[in-house]
Amino acid sequence: MADTSRVTPLAAPAPVMSPVTLLRIVIILTVLAVWELLSYSGWLYQDVVPSLLAIGGALIDLLTHGEYYFNLAVTAGEVGTALLLGGSLGLIVGITLGANRFLSKAFESYLYYLGPTPKIIFFPIMIMWFGVGPGSKIALGTLSCFFPVALSAAAGMRQIDKTLIRVGKSFRASTAQMVFKIYLPAMRHPIINGVRLGLGVALIGTLLAETKLSNKGIGFLIINAYSTFDMPRMYAMLIVLFILSIGANAVVGRLGGLDTIKRN
Amino acid sequence: MSMTATTPVRRFSLANALPALTGIGTLVTFFLIVELLIQTDMLSRFIVPPPSEIIASFPRVIVEEHVLQRFVQTLGECLTAGVMLTVVGVAIGVLMQRIKLLQQACETWVAALASAPVVLCYPLFMVIFGRNAWTIIMMGFVAGLPPVILKTLEGISGTRKVLVNVGRSFNLTSSQQFWKILFPAALPTIFVGIRLGLIFALINVVGVEFLINFGGLGQLINELAERYDLAGTYAAICFVVLVSVLFFMAVEKAERWLTRAE
Repeated sequence: MADTSRVTPLAAPAPVMSPVTLLRIVIILTVLAVWELLSYSGWLYQDVVPSLLAIGGALIDLLTHGEYYFNLAVTAGEVGTALLLGGSLGLIVGITLGANRFLSKAFESYLYYLGPTPKIIFFPIMIMWFGVGPGSKIALGTLSCFFPVALSAAAGMRQIDKTLIRVGKSFRASTAQMVFKIYLPAMRHPIINGVRLGLGVALIGTLLAETKLSNKGIGFLIINAYSTFDMPRMYAMLIVLFILSIGANAVVGRLGGLDTIKRN
Repeated sequence: MSMTATTPVRRFSLANALPALTGIGTLVTFFLIVELLIQTDMLSRFIVPPPSEIIASFPRVIVEEHVLQRFVQTLGECLTAGVMLTVVGVAIGVLMQRIKLLQQACETWVAALASAPVVLCYPLFMVIFGRNAWTIIMMGFVAGLPPVILKTLEGISGTRKVLVNVGRSFNLTSSQQFWKILFPAALPTIFVGIRLGLIFALINVVGVEFLINFGGLGQLINELAERYDLAGTYAAICFVVLVSVLFFMAVEKAERWLTRAE
């Protein structure tokens, strides 16, 4: 029989905003207020810390002009090509090294130690080999992207559950079937992680090359804004660039299902 | 029964050395093929100088271009950035761990900063600090900061519950608990963060030196490339790669030694 005397207590009204969100808003507002104060105080050069209004105006100006999108497309094309070339090459080398213990011992240490060297120093060589056009930027992006993808793929290959490999072999799978049906699906997370890292370094390599020697692309626009001392425009471009790169990184991670990995 | 640990003696055998020999042999063969292609005019020496010419240009680059002086300058910039990011990074990490709300609010921002192309801010830093060593140091500092903060947070948060409980059973104060339990337990993870931070700092220091044509080894490559001294440019790049690799190995060794000493 139903207990009619029991009264369900009224749920407490949910707070409009969680303390974390509130703190985030407070931090952002404080930073903006301090920035604006610095801008009008005259303690620093006004051009170094332009007012938020000027940055906002430059942001609107940037996003409403076709020139920016043209340069964005140039950079995106270069980064995409670099990611495709460096990623594919890195994947092939990584799988080869991961599958063969001897080759791994012979060559992987070179990749491991060359991986974190500053790639921008190779730019003079890239200019000599591929010219001053987009080729040298793509080449630098490819070189930057290759190492993290290759190292992640090699590590991922070694982490594959041996049972899965035995299952594939017991079904007499061909090498291509083994790669596409066993290795690549089992290595999905390390590969996506490598691609994520590769995307970041390819972007940095390409953009830095554009700031050094180019007449188009986002890197060129940034260094052009520096040359003409157009600080609000430079801030606006950096803000958009940061949002785009962080967003692209998050999208690659989400597409690869990295956000679904359970962490202890 | 003797409890002294004896390190196993590694005996040299051809089977063990074969992979390393194969790696070195492949590299040497590659350079010999390049040399042959250039000497037979199948590869233009105006694009790729012969490896023999690059090796011969090493002493000239080292003596005439004051490589040692430049190396000290780059190392100084890198270490200054390293000290700054260790002090600031660990302090921020500890602060965020102590104030949980701050950690919840800002940890994702720090992680996002780690994936952002911070080095692209170098024109901005040039406007703020001028074209001098501080621009380079600050770039290295900002680029290396996120891993130190994140690893400090990870290290302190990951302290084993049993250690914390031991501290509580001894009625340690909050400060004692931190200095005697949490911080020592987190040190190995913090060292990983400092190692990553130092690597990022070195990459950015050399990169920005090259881009703004100021400072040590990065500037050397830029100057030689602008003079179209091909063999010298290649030799300088080889030298910087060698220095970077040695730096990573040294930092890695230091980390292993420090974590073993814990």
